Amino acid sequence: MTDLAPVGLLAELTHRCPLACPYCSNPLELTRAADEMDAADWARVFHEAAALGVLQLHLSGGEPASRRDLEEIVAAARDAGLYSNLITSGIGLTEARLAALVSAGLDHVQLSVQDTDAEGSDRIGNYRGFARKMDAARWTRTLGLPLTLNAPVHRANVQHVRAFIDMALAMDAGRIEIAHVQYYGWALTNRAALLPTRAQLDDTIAVVEAARAELRGRLVIDFVLPDYYAEAPKPCMGGWGREIIVIAPDGSAMPCHAARSIPGMTFETVRARPLADIWRESAAFNAYRGTAWMKAPCQGCPQAETDWGGCRCQALALAGDAAAADPVCSLSPRHGAVAALAAAEAEAAPPPYRYRRFS
Amino acid sequence: MNAPRLKPGVRLHYDRVRDRQVLLAPERVVALDETAYAILSRVDGVTPLSAIAEGLAEAYEADAGEIAADAAALISDLAAKGYVSP
Repeated sequence: MTDLAPVGLLAELTHRCPLACPYCSNPLELTRAADEMDAADWARVFHEAAALGVLQLHLSGGEPASRRDLEEIVAAARDAGLYSNLITSGIGLTEARLAALVSAGLDHVQLSVQDTDAEGSDRIGNYRGFARKMDAARWTRTLGLPLTLNAPVHRANVQHVRAFIDMALAMDAGRIEIAHVQYYGWALTNRAALLPTRAQLDDTIAVVEAARAELRGRLVIDFVLPDYYAEAPKPCMGGWGREIIVIAPDGSAMPCHAARSIPGMTFETVRARPLADIWRESAAFNAYRGTAWMKAPCQGCPQAETDWGGCRCQALALAGDAAAADPVCSLSPRHGAVAALAAAEAEAAPPPYRYRRFS
Repeated sequence: MNAPRLKPGVRLHYDRVRDRQVLLAPERVVALDETAYAILSRVDGVTPLSAIAEGLAEAYEADAGEIAADAAALISDLAAKGYVSP
């Protein structure tokens, strides 16, 4: 049992998406349309989430606009009192549809753009969508909705960070999220093509710091570092089972969107059990909650309740053990090997992308 | 004097599970203390900050200068973080 209360719910409404980004955070095994929960299921889950303490709802996918009942789902979020954030590629939105989403109570749009020009953006997403993304940004603002530009950064566009910031200003976005790709799922598969060099990373840090000083009060700049070059791990998801719940299209409730990569972990579905019970009592949510599961060097570490041991999926991917210290931590025995691997991959010629696909 | 207003996508919300007032914004939840909530609940894009401070001083029988300073500091901080247009 836990008395923790989650703050955020990431609702993966569908895994369908017209884009095929090689760093997609969805699992390699994608859920098919026939297995998706319907709007009534989601409405019930939103009320359960709000009663549990959730304040922020992220409507994600795949592409959430691929769902014809998105308007109904947004209305249910507002009815449950949740702050709704639509995380979209922009494809599938029209001005009329956005207006309907505003009427349904949508609070915020987070629009991803893959690069700062059409050629680069369409190549990375493997889809001719850049012009429609620009339309979606314009409609969002003319309808009075706040806009965040989401810029996933990796080797092919790492030199365009300032151009992304200028794009956000031109779009009249209030916020930009410059997120170095995190290496799970499809991004892990494509890591050798995506990982930037240390020098490229340092350049982005300098650009962001200068822009933050220049644009204070005008544009909120959130910046996510690629932690392969870090010395201390990130508190992944704010700690396992502490702040965030992810629900997959089929209703599986998970502590993080990559948790399916951990062998032996089973996820209960909100179709079969109340969300509060899953949050408090399920084996999956309790597996790495708190500090009791930790091994050396995490056990007893003064940072244990700050970084919560870092990321379990990354520990599995890089150390072969989901209960090990996240190897990006300088205290991990695997830290040197990860740094060497990152340096070697980032310096080598990039292989072609393996685009996201339904298998 | 300008009247402060919450930026689009920013709203006050009562967090019933934790029994507190919060400001909800894109990717952010800001917990508000009693003073901050009292000020922000009067921010409407029409009322100047000076009038908000005067109203609060009267309602709480507090020192007007102190409230005005608190209100100015809060609005300036929230403006820098992108939640409020001052």
